[in-house]
Amino acid sequence: MATPQPQRDALVQDTPLWIHDLTVAYHRKPVLWDVNLSLPEGQLVAVVGPNGAGKSTLIKAVQGLVPRASGAISVFGKPYEEQRHLVGYVPQRESVDWDFPVNALDVVTMGLYRQIGWCRPVNRRHKAQAMAALEKVGMTPYAHRQISHLSGGQQQRVFLARALVQDAQLYLMDEPFVGVDVATERAIVALLKDLKAAGKTCIVVHHDLQTVPTYFDHVVLLNMRVVEAGPTDAVFTEENLRKTYGGKLTLLSDALFEYSKNPQLPRGRKGGQP
Amino acid sequence: MEWTSFDTWIVVTGALSAAACALLGNYLVLRKLSMMGDAISHAVLPGLALAFIITGSRDSLPMLVGATAIGVLTAFLVQALFRLSELEKGATMGVIFTTFFALGLILIRQAADHVDLDPSCVLYGAIELTPLDVYELMGMEIPRAALTNLGMLAVNLLFVGLFYKELKITSFDPALATTLGINATFLHYALMTLVAATTVAAFESVGSILVIAMLIVPAATAHLLTDRLGAMLVISVLIAALSALLGHLGAITVPTWFGFTDTSTAGMMGVATGLIFLVTFLLAPRYGVVSRVLRQWQLSLKIVADDVLGFLYRYEELKQPQSPPVQAGDLQKALKAGGSLWPALWQLKRRGAIRQTADDVLPTETGLAQGARLVRSHRLWESYLCDALQMCPTDVHALAHDLEHFTDASMSEALARQSGDPNIDPHERQIPPLPK
Repeated sequence: MATPQPQRDALVQDTPLWIHDLTVAYHRKPVLWDVNLSLPEGQLVAVVGPNGAGKSTLIKAVQGLVPRASGAISVFGKPYEEQRHLVGYVPQRESVDWDFPVNALDVVTMGLYRQIGWCRPVNRRHKAQAMAALEKVGMTPYAHRQISHLSGGQQQRVFLARALVQDAQLYLMDEPFVGVDVATERAIVALLKDLKAAGKTCIVVHHDLQTVPTYFDHVVLLNMRVVEAGPTDAVFTEENLRKTYGGKLTLLSDALFEYSKNPQLPRGRKGGQP
Repeated sequence: MEWTSFDTWIVVTGALSAAACALLGNYLVLRKLSMMGDAISHAVLPGLALAFIITGSRDSLPMLVGATAIGVLTAFLVQALFRLSELEKGATMGVIFTTFFALGLILIRQAADHVDLDPSCVLYGAIELTPLDVYELMGMEIPRAALTNLGMLAVNLLFVGLFYKELKITSFDPALATTLGINATFLHYALMTLVAATTVAAFESVGSILVIAMLIVPAATAHLLTDRLGAMLVISVLIAALSALLGHLGAITVPTWFGFTDTSTAGMMGVATGLIFLVTFLLAPRYGVVSRVLRQWQLSLKIVADDVLGFLYRYEELKQPQSPPVQAGDLQKALKAGGSLWPALWQLKRRGAIRQTADDVLPTETGLAQGARLVRSHRLWESYLCDALQMCPTDVHALAHDLEHFTDASMSEALARQSGDPNIDPHERQIPPLPK
């Protein structure tokens, strides 16, 4: 059955991120189904939904990191492939091998590799740029430390600095708040506010429902499809959450539990007297 | 031992081939593709055989081209099979390279009916014979194999030098590389092409099996020694060259100690690099087994020593005038510290925290002050956990016991301030005041 294709150009707006009819499937099992979104400029946007809702997949599909079964995506009015330089990506921390022989400064400098260009070496000016980004996230003292010797929160801040150094207009962040300490959480929130003040748009996959209203202006509730999207005040309601989490609001407490079990306290020997 | 220019050339050839392998091997190790070296070095066998059957000669160039083509095909098939099936990567490599290797054996058998292409020569190499096949260059007779491997090393150095940044980012974070428009797939296949070519170039000298050793072992050793990629590349190449030297020295000396003449240099090179790895694995300053065990041991000793001081302080608190002094046996029973109690006691004695007469363990002034500080931390933690975090008084002991060992003076005072300088802990015991 042929459905009339909407005129693509007519629908494309100059919003930071416009997604039309996006479907993604892994091994024939759909992960995202018919996603339509248009996100406003200069706002902090949370993407919220239960585990397996396709939140990370959404962010990856936008950047062509997972194949799309169908759909169109535009970034500031043009296809993503032409607008890479406007997009900064903060992947999940587990996505890389932290034993890799590089220090924090090296990792941040990687954010500049496109600007530097193929086959050209990193010079002092690039390193200074990377140092400035590390300073913004309070990581200057750790610049020369091998990355496996950083705590989870510090690793996350290195990833943020790497995105900052790209000087993008649109930031896509995959669970930056997971497993970080209180200091890092505060640093990330401050950074998001700075980015917003500079007119940048941040789309953040977020796990902790409690903090959504305080941290974010705009919410996308996702569970394979977009359940609801809009300003936080209007959209982040108990009823919409129930729709997203499929009645099983136990998942809410799961999400909280998941967050609260980190950071862990050191375990040692048992015994001795009180 | 007699050293001739022959020996020098053997070492040079071995060192060049090993260095060419080791340089690329770093990226295989870091990309968790170590087995890919294994796969490619075996799978090129049918390429060698086919090149031989088609051209009818044992010239290096057609061999190199044929084998490299098959090597790249292997890398490509592994990737394709991995994507399309749900097999893990190791299994897909195993399927592809063993099939290719078997095919190669059959082809070589067929070809060997006509001329001498010796399978064992492919597998083990014949580095001892390489100085016989020389090439005249500016009046110097240079073994052809040394030139081939020098060329390969130069190509690899150029590749790594030009694409240093790109290889680094695609190895560390291919997703980020893709979002930056750096083509990770292109670099993957470029790397695989060079691995295949390097493998073939090194065949003649070290043979296909030891190529794997040179691809993986020097890089793995270097990774234990440094936290910097650039340093890792340099160290791995040096280790590779050193293995060639030690390998040949070993091959011509070690067997004479046992009354034999000499043994395979290629084999000894493999053994030498393995030994270098073993020594590094044990003794590396930061990641070696010995230093790890030592650090672990020091920490557990500190914890036992802390526990002894805490125990002595608590005993001092409760003891009646007629109570006997604490004995080492009591500590053993109470702390369940096992064998580490004795070195801990020895350490405490050296620090002047305890005195030991016969079996009695008596705390000194310093020892009691240190014990008081520890018990103070412990009980402050308990009050803090109870009051501020509302954890039930029965849970907090074990947690406080873990935390007390990692609490320094400033943290302990911050705790005291937070919980309003309490005097009594949740178990209604006195919190010792800050010792002077």
